[in-house]
Amino acid sequence: MKKIILILIINFLTFSKLFALIEIDITRGNLDPLPIAISPLHVDIKSENYEGIKIKELGNDISKIVENNFRSTGLFNPLKKEAFVQKPDIAHLKPRFEDWRLIKAQALVTGKILVKDGKLKVEFRLWDLAAAKEMTALAFTTTPSNWRRVAHIISDKIYERLTGEEGYFDTRIIYVAESGPKNQRVKKLAIMDQDGAKTKYLTLGNELVLTPRFNPTNQMVTYMSYFRNMPRVYLLDIETGTQEVVGNFPGMTFAPRFSPDGKKIVMSFAKDGNSDIYTMDLESRVVERITDHSSIDTSPSFSPDGKFIAFNSDRSGLQQIYVMRSDGSGVKRITFGNGIYGTPVWSPRGDLIAFTKMRKGRFYIGVMRTDGTGERLLTENYYQEAPSWSPNGRVLVFYRETKAGSKGEGFSAKLWSIDITGYNERRLKTETDASDPSWSSLLSK
Amino acid sequence: MIFNKNLKNVLLVIFATLILSACSTAKKSGNIDGDVYTGKDTVEYLASGVPDRVFFATNKSSLTTASRATLRKQANYLRKNKKLTVTIEGHADERGTREYNLALGERRANAARDYLMTYGISGKRISVISYGKEKPVNPASSPLAWSQNRRSVTVKVN
Repeated sequence: MKKIILILIINFLTFSKLFALIEIDITRGNLDPLPIAISPLHVDIKSENYEGIKIKELGNDISKIVENNFRSTGLFNPLKKEAFVQKPDIAHLKPRFEDWRLIKAQALVTGKILVKDGKLKVEFRLWDLAAAKEMTALAFTTTPSNWRRVAHIISDKIYERLTGEEGYFDTRIIYVAESGPKNQRVKKLAIMDQDGAKTKYLTLGNELVLTPRFNPTNQMVTYMSYFRNMPRVYLLDIETGTQEVVGNFPGMTFAPRFSPDGKKIVMSFAKDGNSDIYTMDLESRVVERITDHSSIDTSPSFSPDGKFIAFNSDRSGLQQIYVMRSDGSGVKRITFGNGIYGTPVWSPRGDLIAFTKMRKGRFYIGVMRTDGTGERLLTENYYQEAPSWSPNGRVLVFYRETKAGSKGEGFSAKLWSIDITGYNERRLKTETDASDPSWSSLLSK
Repeated sequence: MIFNKNLKNVLLVIFATLILSACSTAKKSGNIDGDVYTGKDTVEYLASGVPDRVFFATNKSSLTTASRATLRKQANYLRKNKKLTVTIEGHADERGTREYNLALGERRANAARDYLMTYGISGKRISVISYGKEKPVNPASSPLAWSQNRRSVTVKVN
C-alpha cells in the first residue's frame, strides 16, 4: 500500500513538472528574459462610456501597463504587438498556439473588458504556449476609474504564476519630491504608483520634510518635518490628510519607522548631543526608551516578526550596523567589513538586511544576512543611500545624487531600483527630483 | 632602567610630533587644515570681531583650538548682552547618510553649546537645531565645500 502511495506521489510530481513548462528562476540574475506576448484586452462592444475614460482605448492602455511592468522586472521580454497574429477576442477564447510560437513567444496574456452600469468587468488568461494550455485565469469587477490598478493586479497574478513569488506591481512609493537650487531645496512629500503614474503631492513645500515611511496597511505615513522649525516625527493619514506630532519630546525626533504590526513607531530622539532609539505605542501613547548609550543610535528598522531591531550606531567610533532584541537587550554589532555602514533595513522576508556602505569616497547599496555574513554589494556610485524593499523582498528602491559643480550646478537626486541579484538597475520615473523612497506593501491584499 | 624608559618616552614624543607635523603640513592646503576649514569666506559675524560659526572635521564633533577661540568670543559677547538668546544650528556635509547626519549635526551644535555653557552662559539662552546635510552653505561637491558645510552656526533669536 505504502509503495502505491509513493508511486502516486512520484507520478504526481513528474506530472506537474511536465505541465509547468515555463517557470522563471528569479534567484539568479536572469540574462535571458522570457519572451511573453501581452495581447491588448478585447473591449466588449456593449461597453458604455464612463466619466471621461476612453473606453475604446482601455484594452490597449491596460495591456501597455502590464507590458511596462513586465519589462521593468528584467525577467521578461514583452514582444512587439505588430507581430501579433490573432485578434484579441479570438485569442482570448482559444489561441492558435502554433502561430504564437512562431513569433517566439513562450507565454501569452489575453483578456477582455466590459464597462457597463458604472462597473468595469475584467477577465484575463495566461497561456503556456509550449504546453498549449491555459495556466491561470481570473475575472473580477471594480469601478472603471480603477483601471490602472486592474493592470497592476493582472501583472501581479501573472508574475506570481510564472515566478512562484508574490508580485509587487499593485503598490505605491512615497518619497520626497525635490526642486530648486541645491542650497535652497524645496521638499514635499509625494506619492505615486510603483510605475511612476498618478503622482500626488501631500505637502506644499513650506517646511522641510524628510524620510516618509508607510505603515503596513499603507494608510498612514510617518515622516520627519521641520514644521515651525521644530524637527519632529509626524504621523500622516493619507486619506484624510490629518497630521500629528508623534510623542511629546523636548527635542529633535527623527528616523521613524513603523513596527510590523503597525502599532508602534520606532525612531531616534536627540538630546544634549546624544541620539537614542525610542518607541511610541500609537494607541496607548506609551514611550519606551530602547537604547541608552552615549553614542549616536539611529536608523532603527524592525525585523518582520517584530522580535529584533537593526540600527545604526557609532559606538565603535564610526557608523556600523547593530542588531538587538526589540526591548533593547542583546545588542550585537554585525558589520565588520572595510568601510562604514548605515541605513539598515530588514527585508520583508526576514532573511536579509539592506544597507548603505561608504568606502573610499564611494557609496554602495548592498544586502547581507541578518548576522552580518554574506555581504553582497549590488551597486556602486558617487552618492546613494536609503534602500527600501519591494514587498516581495526581490527589489530595492533607493536614491542617488550626482556630483555638483562649483556653483551647485549639475546636481540631481533620482530614484533607482535594483534586483537583489545585482541585475536590472534602472531609474524610476518621477515628475521632479526625488529622494527617500519608501515602498508600500501590496494594496490589494 | 628608569632613565632608559624616560628616554624612550621622550624619543616617542619627538617621533610622534614629527609625524603629526608632517601630516598637518601634508594636508594643509589653502583654507583647510587636516580636514577642518580655517578660512573666512562663508563666516558671518554676530558683532564686530565675533564670528558666528565654527568648523568640524569629517564625522567629528570635537572643537579645534580655533573653534574654541571663536566660541570664547561668542561667550564674551553673550555675557555683555544679557538679554540675547541664540540658536546654534548644527550641520553636516553631504557625504553621509541623511539620518546619521541629523544626529551628527545635533552633536556638533551641542558641542558648541556645551563650550559656551562652560564659559558661564546659561543653557536656557541657547537652543540647538540640527539640519543635518539639508542646508549646505556651499553647494559644490568638493572637499573645500564639504569643510565649509561641516559647521555650527550661532544665530541671534531676538
